[in-house]
Amino acid sequence: MDKENIFEKRESAPKADYVAATGVPLKKPSDVIPQKLLRAQLPLPNLGELDVVRHYSHLAQLNFSVDTHFYPLGSCTMKYNPKINESMARLEGFSAIHPYQSQDAIQGALELIYDFEQLLCEVTGMKRFTFQPSSGAQGELAGMLMIRKYHEIKKRKKTKVIIPDSAHGTNPATASMCGYQTIVIESDSGGLVDIDKLKKVVDDEVAAIMLTNPNTLGLFEERILEIKDIIHNKGGLLYYDGANLNPLLGITKPSLMGFDVIHLNLHKTFSTPHGCGGPGAGAVGVGEILEDFLPVPVVNKKNKSYYFDYAIKRSIGRLKSFYGNFTVLVRAYTYLLRLGKEGLLQTAHNAVINANYIKEKLKDYYEVPYPKTCMHEVVFSCTSQKEKGAAALDIAKRLIDYGIHPPTMYFPLIVKEALMVEPTETESKDTLDYFIKVMKEIDKEIDNDLEKVKDAPHTTPVKRVDEVKAARSPNLKWERTGV
Amino acid sequence: MGELRFAKSHEWARVDNDIITVGITDYAQKELGDIVFVELPKVGDSVQRGSAFGTIESTKTASELYAPVSGKVAEVNSELTSNPQWVNEDPLGRGWMIAIKANDSSELGSLMDEPAYEQFIEKESH
Repeated sequence: MDKENIFEKRESAPKADYVAATGVPLKKPSDVIPQKLLRAQLPLPNLGELDVVRHYSHLAQLNFSVDTHFYPLGSCTMKYNPKINESMARLEGFSAIHPYQSQDAIQGALELIYDFEQLLCEVTGMKRFTFQPSSGAQGELAGMLMIRKYHEIKKRKKTKVIIPDSAHGTNPATASMCGYQTIVIESDSGGLVDIDKLKKVVDDEVAAIMLTNPNTLGLFEERILEIKDIIHNKGGLLYYDGANLNPLLGITKPSLMGFDVIHLNLHKTFSTPHGCGGPGAGAVGVGEILEDFLPVPVVNKKNKSYYFDYAIKRSIGRLKSFYGNFTVLVRAYTYLLRLGKEGLLQTAHNAVINANYIKEKLKDYYEVPYPKTCMHEVVFSCTSQKEKGAAALDIAKRLIDYGIHPPTMYFPLIVKEALMVEPTETESKDTLDYFIKVMKEIDKEIDNDLEKVKDAPHTTPVKRVDEVKAARSPNLKWERTGV
Repeated sequence: MGELRFAKSHEWARVDNDIITVGITDYAQKELGDIVFVELPKVGDSVQRGSAFGTIESTKTASELYAPVSGKVAEVNSELTSNPQWVNEDPLGRGWMIAIKANDSSELGSLMDEPAYEQFIEKESH
């Protein structure tokens, strides 16, 4: 197997710098570049096209992706990204426009943003959206900055944000970034917000509560309306982390649960690429009371034309250059139109059915500490496996050998040896059955061939990495050797 | 060596007059796994009982460290920055984290003694 870095490759023929004779007179570098900037030696690889193509095609084949493997990474909603999204984003009218073009010349793009906003308002019940934030985390920041400004204008002294102990780590981070103290409340024995404990910590200084619903255990917060009243009665607001919206599509809306501001990860629920395949987009929706605080610009319509509107009274300002990651919006808009109302509802149903199918089939093998019917994801605890010598980490690594991406591990923090499985609606029953079979097989291996699990993965180009050494003394730079 | 007391959040506190040395328990280091980073306050900083005074990171997770008593930081084990593994190797010795000059040592009364803590983790792990 070829594991060479491209910078370590030798020259090949024909070289990349070969240019056939032409009538254009060639200039020497020293004719155009000042002497002091010239380098005699520039150790770049000089490879022919074929070698370059093979190198990168090979790297692509080593990749683990939704297009090639089952990817049950909990809380990340790694659903399949339909190829029609890509075709639409590549339409020249979208991909070749320039942000400095006049608004008259980009009416189609503005119309798309406008229409997409209307659709998301319908899906979530919110009043308006901004598409400026370039990620879920930036979306959270935008939402919490709006909440802060709202309280400032009301001249209320607000110092705290309440967050359940099952929350995503970004929630307390965002609250801290906005200058608030985070108050963590323990979940009750069923894994939901403990209403009594909530009542004890809520006072006039609470700015907001940040919640995901369903929460990170995959459980629906059934008492959300009580939570809403407790917070609103003290002048606090409700922030919805949209990471887990997938199982609610078409069934209910964050607005009906009393949320004042929400962020949606378009790269989760609305099938745009994740992470490095991105860029991301954190759409942020607000109810009426926060409409005046949205980042600028928003797209509005006057007569029959669309325009960027900067006249928002109490705007928190700009968050990103131009108008966010526009072609991500094209993909998400395509997804919504393609599914329609019925399709969205089916999405939610299938996401829930798939997670519960896995839960039911595996609950006698892997402990389910919060056994209620789950929504889009199920959290297993590998404590009994750990007692036999294989931790959640080992099981996750062994899954790679079977061609399955590891689930989210050791999260939420309130479950020991957690494996958090979110199959999403796009997987077939065959794939789910394969995953179930493999998980049972690994459980057996722990009894019969523990070392095989402890040393996994065996089939990958890079074997078990020393994560401790990587974290304690990270080597972040590649250095050329032996040239 | 003073008497050891234990917090529900798995810190230990060793009492020596009004100076309280703090670290995390052997159970805590085992649960966290290999420690890769410890972030501690500076000498002179104030700490509040029950509030975070620092952060500890393992390959699994990052957690807050909670002060068992209010007071001022009198001493910091700055060597943990380059030797975080000491928390795993010797949590009650070389892996100590900070020493607090307590405002009110009687706050320690609410902490558990060793047998009570043993019982507590027995319950926690089942």
